[in-house]
Amino acid sequence: MVEMNMIKALNSALEVQLAKDKNVVIFGEDVGFFGGVFRVTDGLQKKFGEHRVFDSPLAEGGIAAIAMGMSINGLRPVAEIQFADYIFPAYDQIVNEIAKVRHRSGGEFTAPLTFRTPAGGGIKGGHHHSQSPEAQFTHTPGLKVVYCSNPYNAKGLLTASIECNDPVIFFEPKRCYRGPFYGDPHNVPTWSGHPDGDVPEEHYIVPLEQARIVREGSACTVIAWGTMVHVSEQAIKDSGIDCELIDLQTLVPWDRDTVVNSIRKTGRCVIVHEAPKTSGFGAEMSASIQERCFYHLEAPITRVTGWDTPFPHTTEWDYLPSPERIAEAIKKTQEE
Amino acid sequence: MTERVTATTKPYTIGRPPFRPGDDADFGGKFTEQPGDLSRPNPIKCGAQDTVLHATGLIRVLDDEGNASGEWDPKLDSETMIQGLEYMMRLRIFDDRMIKMQRTGKLSFYMRSFGEEAIAIAQTMALETQDWIFPSYRQPGAQFVRGRDMVSMICHCIGNTEDNVKGRQMPVHYTWKPGRFISISSPVGTQFSQAVGVAMASAYKGDDEVCISWLGDGTSAQGDYHYALNFASTFKPPVILNVVNNQWAISTHANLATGGRTFAERGLAYDIPSLRVDGNDFLALYSVTKWARERAGAGLGATHIEVFTYRAGAHSSSDDPSAYRPNDEFKCWPGGDPILRLKDHLIGAKLWDEERHIALAKKIDDEVMTAYKEACEFGDLASGPYPPASTIFTEVYETVPWHVQEQREELGK
Repeated sequence: MVEMNMIKALNSALEVQLAKDKNVVIFGEDVGFFGGVFRVTDGLQKKFGEHRVFDSPLAEGGIAAIAMGMSINGLRPVAEIQFADYIFPAYDQIVNEIAKVRHRSGGEFTAPLTFRTPAGGGIKGGHHHSQSPEAQFTHTPGLKVVYCSNPYNAKGLLTASIECNDPVIFFEPKRCYRGPFYGDPHNVPTWSGHPDGDVPEEHYIVPLEQARIVREGSACTVIAWGTMVHVSEQAIKDSGIDCELIDLQTLVPWDRDTVVNSIRKTGRCVIVHEAPKTSGFGAEMSASIQERCFYHLEAPITRVTGWDTPFPHTTEWDYLPSPERIAEAIKKTQEE
Repeated sequence: MTERVTATTKPYTIGRPPFRPGDDADFGGKFTEQPGDLSRPNPIKCGAQDTVLHATGLIRVLDDEGNASGEWDPKLDSETMIQGLEYMMRLRIFDDRMIKMQRTGKLSFYMRSFGEEAIAIAQTMALETQDWIFPSYRQPGAQFVRGRDMVSMICHCIGNTEDNVKGRQMPVHYTWKPGRFISISSPVGTQFSQAVGVAMASAYKGDDEVCISWLGDGTSAQGDYHYALNFASTFKPPVILNVVNNQWAISTHANLATGGRTFAERGLAYDIPSLRVDGNDFLALYSVTKWARERAGAGLGATHIEVFTYRAGAHSSSDDPSAYRPNDEFKCWPGGDPILRLKDHLIGAKLWDEERHIALAKKIDDEVMTAYKEACEFGDLASGPYPPASTIFTEVYETVPWHVQEQREELGK
């Protein structure tokens, strides 16, 4: 075990994959010589050569198409989309091509590739460096959608994503690259000393399709992913209520058993995400949970989300779910 | 003869097709460009700047009398040419039968390659068997060259139990991995930039493979076309990128698809050698593709080719071209009919005759009908059987996830 922040852990996952499988290639904007604007690919070109880790022209639609072409011809590309906000020029390639090729070709051609993309707010990035567009991919059959939250699961989930034979959209909460974020922009710790900052240097996976119970509890189930896992942890502490906190980790396909078992136990549920409320993945979770757990519910399922507005710049702390808003929602479930 | 026609009425310049319904279509009878006009540069020493004339002119081998001449003459043996003729005849007869099936309700939809048969066939014949074919919907003919059985193709078009893509795609959206024929997709142009990725993978693995792809004049407005050229220019993988300028994107004429210049010339700006070829000239198509293959195989990267042709048929079975162009326009296309041109050449060279031609056409037609009947044994459109409903849920992912499995159980099939 070595102490790593999320950037180092992701870098370690990529390094292990490059060493293990010669079909793994990494490309994207600024990922080669420079090592990525967030430094996730730092040193990899030097170690593995510029044919395996390289800078691409600045065109997300082209990056996605190249990744698809490579993957149907035997490679296992890991392409970086520098910010999730910039993934939309690649949307046609991802939704109509990459997600569908296995099905439409009767299984003759497949696209085992991974898109890594930093997502989410809290870095004063305004509306085009802060969005969390997971729901725009969870609505597309054929894609797996993964959202890490700490160094340990970042490395394990990215490893599992690269080794997965289905295309994976892998979201990295950029607010948590260097430390967990508990909702206070004036007090941001690093990963140093955090148990999830202890990361094996060698190969391991955190299986896809499995959620992680961050904290066991009996009074209410809180479901979150990405940065909101940590903000929810703080909110639970602040509320003084014995909540069970679930880090969903894989959004599609999500871990039905862990979620359902928890809510059947607690009878209450709060879902937290950064993305806007309307048609957010919380809506899907909420609908699915009431279909499966209606007779166990003691209170309405509640969502605490970003607002249905563009993501703001200087007022982002009023946009993102805060520990206060989440704690309030948790308390309300106890009043019913 | 390709001068762009526009209207300069305010506030915009609007491209105009040369003719509309009711006009007497007349393209001037013949191409001004002739075989022998253009040199054949050494493919492994040629840069983009050496192809300026090739990108603005027109590479031809067969003249209007059916004689082959010039540096681009591939000097094919009679066997290869007769084989090419046979493939083209097979495609046209196959298409004619299938469109009749569509008209009588036996296929849901169809797209012919009428007038463009030479393109995929000559170009695929010029490649090696390990090369990747990444087609649009107008290049199904490549499958004949690669040896796909017609029964298998018709089963796909019907969408019956033997359809290798399990009734999931519209007719003519073929997939055939044994022939390295990659899955056709309806969104136009997406395959063009993917083909560059396929070629990069071949180069990365050190395999002697080239990837060829096509898109249309209309589709060349898509970002994917420009992604393809720019990535091909940057990384120089072994790829052959063809713009099939067949004049029409459904009802939109090529004069509305670009502000001028030839489509081939765009490649020069990306520093990719670019050729413009008579798309109804089997020998010229074969020759330019061999040239491009040689460059790609030598590690020199992409070649960009404008295939200058005419879409003689409707865009698809859902289209009615009489609403936007003269019905007889294709008859005065200076490039003529690609099948007749190769046939005339072979007859002129005393390698073929009318009797053999008629007999071959009859033989192919019988084979197509036999194949159709055999395909129907696996299900016809009206009564099935179709692939089982469970195929809706399989191959969405490598294994069926729980939520998809639940939905399959809900359907109960």
